[in-house]
Parts: sequence; structure tokens; C-alpha cells
Amino acid sequence: MLPDKRGYFGPYGGRFVPETVIPALEELTAKYFELKEDAEFQAELAYLNKTYVGRETPITYARRLSDHLGGAQIYLKREDLAHSGAHKINNALGQALLTKRMGKQRVVAETGAGQHGVATATSCALLGIDCIVYMGSVDMARQEPNVFRMRLLGAEVRPVESGSKTLKDAINEAIRDWVTNVETTHYLLGSALGPHPYPMMVRDFQAVIGCEARQQIVEQAGRLPDVIVACVGGGSNSIGIFHAFLDDDVRFIGVEAGGEGIASKRHAARFADADIARIGVLQGTKSYVMQTADGQIMETHSISAGLDYASVGPEHAYLRDQGRAEYTYATDEETLEGFQLLCQLEGIIPALESAHAIAEVVKLAPQMSRDEIILVNLSGRGDKDLNTVINALKERDHG
Amino acid sequence: MARGLEAINGVIERTKREGRAAFMPYLPIGYPDYETSLSAIKALAEAGADIIEIGVPFSDPLADGPTIQAATQVALENGITPRDCVEAVKTLREDGIDTPMVLMGYLNPFIAYGYERLIRDALDAGVDGFIIPDMPADEAGELQVYIDEAGLGISHFVAPTSSEERMKLAGELSRGYIYLVSVTGITGDKEAVPTELIDLIEKVRAKTSQPVGVGFGIRTPEKARAIGAVCDGIFVGTALVKAAGESVDAVRALATGMRQALDAEKSTIE
Repeated sequence: MLPDKRGYFGPYGGRFVPETVIPALEELTAKYFELKEDAEFQAELAYLNKTYVGRETPITYARRLSDHLGGAQIYLKREDLAHSGAHKINNALGQALLTKRMGKQRVVAETGAGQHGVATATSCALLGIDCIVYMGSVDMARQEPNVFRMRLLGAEVRPVESGSKTLKDAINEAIRDWVTNVETTHYLLGSALGPHPYPMMVRDFQAVIGCEARQQIVEQAGRLPDVIVACVGGGSNSIGIFHAFLDDDVRFIGVEAGGEGIASKRHAARFADADIARIGVLQGTKSYVMQTADGQIMETHSISAGLDYASVGPEHAYLRDQGRAEYTYATDEETLEGFQLLCQLEGIIPALESAHAIAEVVKLAPQMSRDEIILVNLSGRGDKDLNTVINALKERDHG
Repeated sequence: MARGLEAINGVIERTKREGRAAFMPYLPIGYPDYETSLSAIKALAEAGADIIEIGVPFSDPLADGPTIQAATQVALENGITPRDCVEAVKTLREDGIDTPMVLMGYLNPFIAYGYERLIRDALDAGVDGFIIPDMPADEAGELQVYIDEAGLGISHFVAPTSSEERMKLAGELSRGYIYLVSVTGITGDKEAVPTELIDLIEKVRAKTSQPVGVGFGIRTPEKARAIGAVCDGIFVGTALVKAAGESVDAVRALATGMRQALDAEKSTIE
């Protein structure tokens, strides 16, 4: 299974970081491979996943949504029900346990919307690890409740004032901290991005989603789904649900943030806009990167902070090249509609990230027959997004 | 005048003959503005810089501290592109600056430039080599081939944390100075050189015959002199960028002080 020894998925991936942290990545890779085979470590992780995170998360048959759209039967994998409100905990807890096993006592993390920061702060509180979270000051203002959550959980949240003061700048700052404190500190990266081994390791910790879902859908629906739909920012929830189905005859659809539309250039649809998203290197990995003609990284836009990033996990770029996964996008407006639909028809308030996947289902399901099945990864819950949604709806309806 | 790796090798031989460390200062193009940055680079040359690192601004400089981040951000706001940086070298050459100059920048803008065009323009402008902090030696791949075919220099990095294997690799692929990042144990005492750094330099030298330049944290002539005494060259960035924020004269004064400190160290050896 990919990646290869150097962390490449075909031409994508690798380790494009300052030399200072390369030895730490080598150590991390070695330790990770060791623990992957370590029954005691896996048992501990499984135990915490069950008794602390609340896994397995259920699959919900979305009867009213399916009837409303009048096509395929829709099932939701309920990562919104995982402790701390999103799939992010799967990876954060796995890496926090690994940090302990490496004998490190300090963790740095980046966060955009704050979900990964909260998951990391949660895991560090549970395991007694010092936790520093870097967050762009613009994001801190947008996601204030999550800043409080992290602080309540004992994490130190450090504002980042450089660049665009958002997620990518928080990653730069976390890497700078890590470069300086590499002997004592683990960088707990939150998506299937960054230098090897992160894209692989984060995928593996998130693969629990797909492993559970594959069994559950067969139990509940009697067979495998025809299509799996998931949103793609860095791409960890999507790669997590896709992976268990890689060898099955199941279509994968990743949904990127279409923002205000591709033509507006205000989006984060890396695969949809060949003018500005080209193969490049950002923050440790080679993949598609939204950039100017001169190779400067562009600021991206999405109603959901969690998808608002200029690059995408290298394995997604590879799956796309191979024709194994398809990628599309949902605009902010379509996302809001999907968000409201799920609230009203299923009594579930989704994260705006996950509402992108719902928006794609709204387009896709009516084209499919009633005996076909769509499985959606509902990656997180939407409590964090209420302010954003309230403001966006006001603007839409009165603006 | 020789250019490329030949020019860098000329520096290595000359400084060896003079019994001193090479002075390799950094300044980004476009800070505080384009014209002033060129004047400041001329001042570096006049102050006796042996190789000048020409900073190519990037939106996400993850290996740089706050001073250089802020300065390169200003440069970007001034509209500076990688092509402008290559052009700047050409202009400096036309103005009679003969000092070897290497482009120091992050990988993505070079990828966007296109390696073939980048190397062609670099050769045409009189660029002598490259330093790319987010491209470790084992990821140099295709660009390394272009650099070698063009006879240009490249400094790969080694760090206190690098394994002996990686030190060896950086040595094998470096053309000119190896760039030793002395992150630990450097800040603090102004005069003394920590024994860890001396040990580290020894370790690197055991793995490669390439000359060793030391960078990160050299802010004053005193520190330049102390570090210069134990290695083949010093890289200086932050302190000079700070000075560039003040005036060209401040750059000239600091660079002159550093170069004199390296010369003084030579006289104490002899």
C-alpha cells in the first residue's frame, strides 16, 4: 500500500521541510510503524475509542432526506457524534498516545476552525500532555467559542499574526515552534497533509471511519453503497472513509469548497480551477496548490473554515490521477441549502464542512434510482457554525 | 570573472589562503523597497561580503523568524516576484558588482518559475547558486540535476539533529558550502562558542570534505568572530535585515564590522 518509502503517492507527497525536523520525521515514521504492529498500543487506542470517544459511531438512514430527493437511499456516517464533535478526535487521540510512547511531553498543533485544536486539547487533557495550539488571529475572532473550549481544556492558544492570519499561517508557526523544540515536542498535525509520515499516519488513524462503516452498511442496507460522498479540505475525513472501500466497486466523490464560485476565484476548490491550482509544494508536501503565477500561495475562501486551505492531501491528488476518486465542489450557497435541509428533514445540525457533502448529495441523489445507496460521511456537528450560518442567512435573505 | 560554482570555489580557496571564515550575508530583494535593497546589497559587497544570499520573498516562509517574515512580507506587498530577484542580480552585475550571489528562497516559487527557465535566466543574470531551506538534500532530485548541469552552486542543510548518513548526503550533494544550522546552544553568551557547536562541526567534517558554513543566530561582530574561528564561513541574515530596515548605512556598518571581525580572527590565528 502507498505511500512508498519516501512518502510518495505517485508524484505527490514527500518531505519538503527544513532539515532540522527531518530526523524527527524519521523517528516518528519508525515509531509509528512499530506501534502499528504493537498489540498493546492498538488495544489501548481501541479501548479509548470505545469508552472515551464513543465509537463506534452509528450509521443513520436518512429516510426523509431520501424521500425528499426522490432518488438514492442516503445513509449518514455519524462522526458528528464522536466526542468533541467531529472526526478530528480519531487522529488527535492516536497521535497523542503516540506522543506518550515517544517519551515526549509537549505537543504543538495548528487549527483553523478550531475543531482539530479542540480535539488535540481534549486528547492532551486526557493523557496529561502540555498542549500549545497555534491559531490565526482572524480565525480566533471568527471561532471564539472554540478558543474558549481549548483554554478550558488546558491548552495554550497562541494567536498568529503573520501572513493572512489564518490556517496556513498557523501551520507555519507550529512548524517554526517544532523546528526550535524538536527534541521535546511532537507536532500533532490535523489533516492528511504535510510531510511524510503525516498523510499516511493521519489516514490510518481516520481509517476507523471506513472500517466501521463498511460493516455497518452491510448490516443495515444489506450491501455496499454505490457511492461514498465526503467533503475535502486537507482530506482526512474523506480519505478515512474511502480507504476501507478502496478495492470495492464503490464510487468515491470528494467535495471541495466552491466558495463564491470558481469564476470568482474566491474558493478552495484545488481540483476544479486549473488556472490557479497547480502542482507545487506547500508546508511539507507536493500536491495541488492554489497559487499565483509567481508561486505565491493564494488566500482561499470558504464559508467553512475547515475547508479553507490552499492545498490538498497528496493521496487525494493520486486517487484523482488514477481515476479512483472524483472531485467536485459545492458553493457557499449550495452548502447553506444542504445545511438547512439536513436540519429540517433529519434533525441533525451538520458542520458546514459536512454540509458540502450534503450539497453534493442534493444534486446526485435525484439522478440515481431508489435501489441505489449513497453513504455520506457526516464528519462533524454544526454547533460551532451557528453564528456563521445566522449571519450568512441574514445576508442571503436581506442582503 | 568566473561565475557559478567556479566563483564559489574561488571564495573557498581565497578565504582558506587568508586563513579566515567567509562572510555570507543575506538580504531580501524589495525591502524596504526595490531600489534601497539594491543599494544595501552593494553596501554588503563593498563591506567585503564573500558571497551574498539574495532573498527571494515567499508568502509562507516557514523556516524564517519574525524579522525576515516581516521584511519579505513588505517585499511581496511591494510587488516583488522571483523574476524581479533574478533581474536584480543582473542589474547589480551591470553596475559592476562581482561578488558571488546565490538565490535564497523557498521551493514553490522556483517550481512555478519552471526549472529550465529559472536556470537559464539565472545563468544569464549572473546568479552563482541556490539555497532552498524547504528542500532537504534527498528531495533535490530534478532541480539538483539542472543545477549540476549548469555548473551552479547549492548549499544543502545539516542540523544538530541530522544523522551521520544525512550529513554525508548533504555533503555529497552540496556544491560549495554546506549550510550548518546551529539552532541549539547559540543564543545567549556573546563571546563563547559552545562546545556542542565545535563538536557538531567536527562531526560534519568527519562526514564530508565540503567547507562548512554556520548560520542562524549570528547577530554581532563578536559572535561572527567567535563562530568564524571554528568554521569555514558564516551566514548572517536577521541582524542585517533589521539594519536594512533602518538604513543602507546601518547595513554597511554592521557588515563592515562583521567582516573586520573575521579578518581580526585570522590575525590571531597567524
